[in-house]
Amino acid sequence: MNKITTRSQLIPSSGRRKPVDWFTVINTAFLIIAAIICILPLIHIIAVSFSSSSAASAGYVKLWPVDFTWSSYEYTASREQFWRSMLVSIERIAIGTPLTLFLITLAAYPLSKESHVFRFRAVYAWVFFITMLFHGGLIPTYITVKELGLLDSIWALALPNAVAVFSVVLLLNFFREVPKELEEAAFMDGASYWTTLWRIYVPISKPALATLALFSMVEHWNHWFDGLIYMGSPSNYPLQSYLQTIVIQQNLMNVTREELMSLAEVSDRTLKASQIFLGSMPIILAYPFLQKYFVKGIVLGSVKG
Amino acid sequence: MNIKKFRREVPLHFMLLPGLIFIIIFSYIPMGGLVIAFQKFIPAKGLFGDQKWIGLDNFRYVFELPSFTQIVWNTLYISSLKLILGLIFPIIFAILLNELKSQLVKRSIQTTIYLPYFLSWVVLGGILIDILSPSKGIINQIITSFDIEPIFFLGSNDWFPVTLVLSDVWKNFGYGTIVYLAAITGIDPGLYEAATMDGANRWHKAWHITIPGMRMVIVLLAVLSLGQLLNAGFDQVFNLYSPQVYESGDILDTFVYRIGLLDAQYGVATAVGFFKSIVSFILISVSYFFAYRVAKYRIF
Repeated sequence: MNKITTRSQLIPSSGRRKPVDWFTVINTAFLIIAAIICILPLIHIIAVSFSSSSAASAGYVKLWPVDFTWSSYEYTASREQFWRSMLVSIERIAIGTPLTLFLITLAAYPLSKESHVFRFRAVYAWVFFITMLFHGGLIPTYITVKELGLLDSIWALALPNAVAVFSVVLLLNFFREVPKELEEAAFMDGASYWTTLWRIYVPISKPALATLALFSMVEHWNHWFDGLIYMGSPSNYPLQSYLQTIVIQQNLMNVTREELMSLAEVSDRTLKASQIFLGSMPIILAYPFLQKYFVKGIVLGSVKG
Repeated sequence: MNIKKFRREVPLHFMLLPGLIFIIIFSYIPMGGLVIAFQKFIPAKGLFGDQKWIGLDNFRYVFELPSFTQIVWNTLYISSLKLILGLIFPIIFAILLNELKSQLVKRSIQTTIYLPYFLSWVVLGGILIDILSPSKGIINQIITSFDIEPIFFLGSNDWFPVTLVLSDVWKNFGYGTIVYLAAITGIDPGLYEAATMDGANRWHKAWHITIPGMRMVIVLLAVLSLGQLLNAGFDQVFNLYSPQVYESGDILDTFVYRIGLLDAQYGVATAVGFFKSIVSFILISVSYFFAYRVAKYRIF
């Protein structure tokens, strides 16, 4: 019924149809193509990883696997070191992310107070702020970690960047948006600062904390350089450091003889491709579901001030 | 009264204590560790141990290296190109994306271009090494199909910086685009309506409303990125370079890594790091100062 009336209304004006909006057409096409180009390299790598070694070496693979096979994944999965490194990565996330959240929440709350409420705020703010301006740099940091006896332990990966000052800043700005009345009401009821923080600020800031947790996890997953320098033995490498030695440095030193035999069946190229994909898979899998938080992380960082 | 107030503040001090301990250990001690730059450092004697002081010898040694000027130049060249393109691409993209009417298409594109930002340079480096390979890489397959000689993107000093800059744009422009889109969202829609009433077309609106509306954020990000001028991207360069492109691609950070951790010349490497820290400190302070003056931007 509705449809019919709409139609009949349209008929008189059908003589002068709305002109095609060429700008929108071209603009949309351009943006879609650009977006596709951004992920084509990734699709190509995935296609290579599922292709037979001969097709990959001959360069037949474009965007779809040729002679589909799991063999490079089977080879990767059969390597003990791959799983061990995966475990180290999971371990550093399991220790590092909760620790970071704990530390930045505790630091952000007092720093979010006005100077007349917390008189030493400015002093602490400067102590934190200076670390954003000036750095000891690679060598002194390395030697500090070494002298603390953290080399070759998971703590060398979890502790040094645990207090991300920028995250403290994001969170304290979030805390400042919390209506003062809530806190004042809690104080009236005799609540302490601790209670107010855990009962009011933390629950209200859940979305911000979730975003910061996500970013911390991504960072721990992606970090590779600290593993490379702080871990003396490759068996303690987190996954990205392991991939760095295999894919980038092509260091096959810790490959056993039998492994070399089976390596002949999978080409170097498909093998690397599969490892690149596996190294990015948790992020790619989580990405569509947590997209909202990924985007929020940026907006959170940009609208402050 | 004062004592009461002080007692009230005690919990706040306790809350800051754990974070404070962490930054003292992992930020301030390394800052103090910069004294290594003035020492003939022997690791066995310890960080603040009884080392031999040699004044500015480490600095003199580095500054006289023939490759040092080249490394500083590479760092500045690569990072300023990244700054400029890293500013322009997202602005253009954000304006074009803003013109899309379908929220679904807009969001899908946004999500797609933002993905590489979350992948590590190990992963992206691995991908680039594969697709840019002169013999098997898909990019060179495409190039040679046009009867053009294959290009050794990662092995030629002409192409290496270009590859660095463009692949950096690939990884990061989605991030910038979202920041600018957020800025555009903050523009009062009434302005567009009023302009439409006055007969303004798409271009007028983009030029007179959208771009001025983004101006603050653009200036702010540009100013803040100046502080990063000596960070040409260690993760990226380290995963893509090789000795044959040291001439065009070796940057301060990769140089510090090689002489410091590979050659164990701690004093010399720290001297380079110290130099970098001082210059960066000045740049960052100046950029924060201007960000505050221009946009009332405050960190704390």
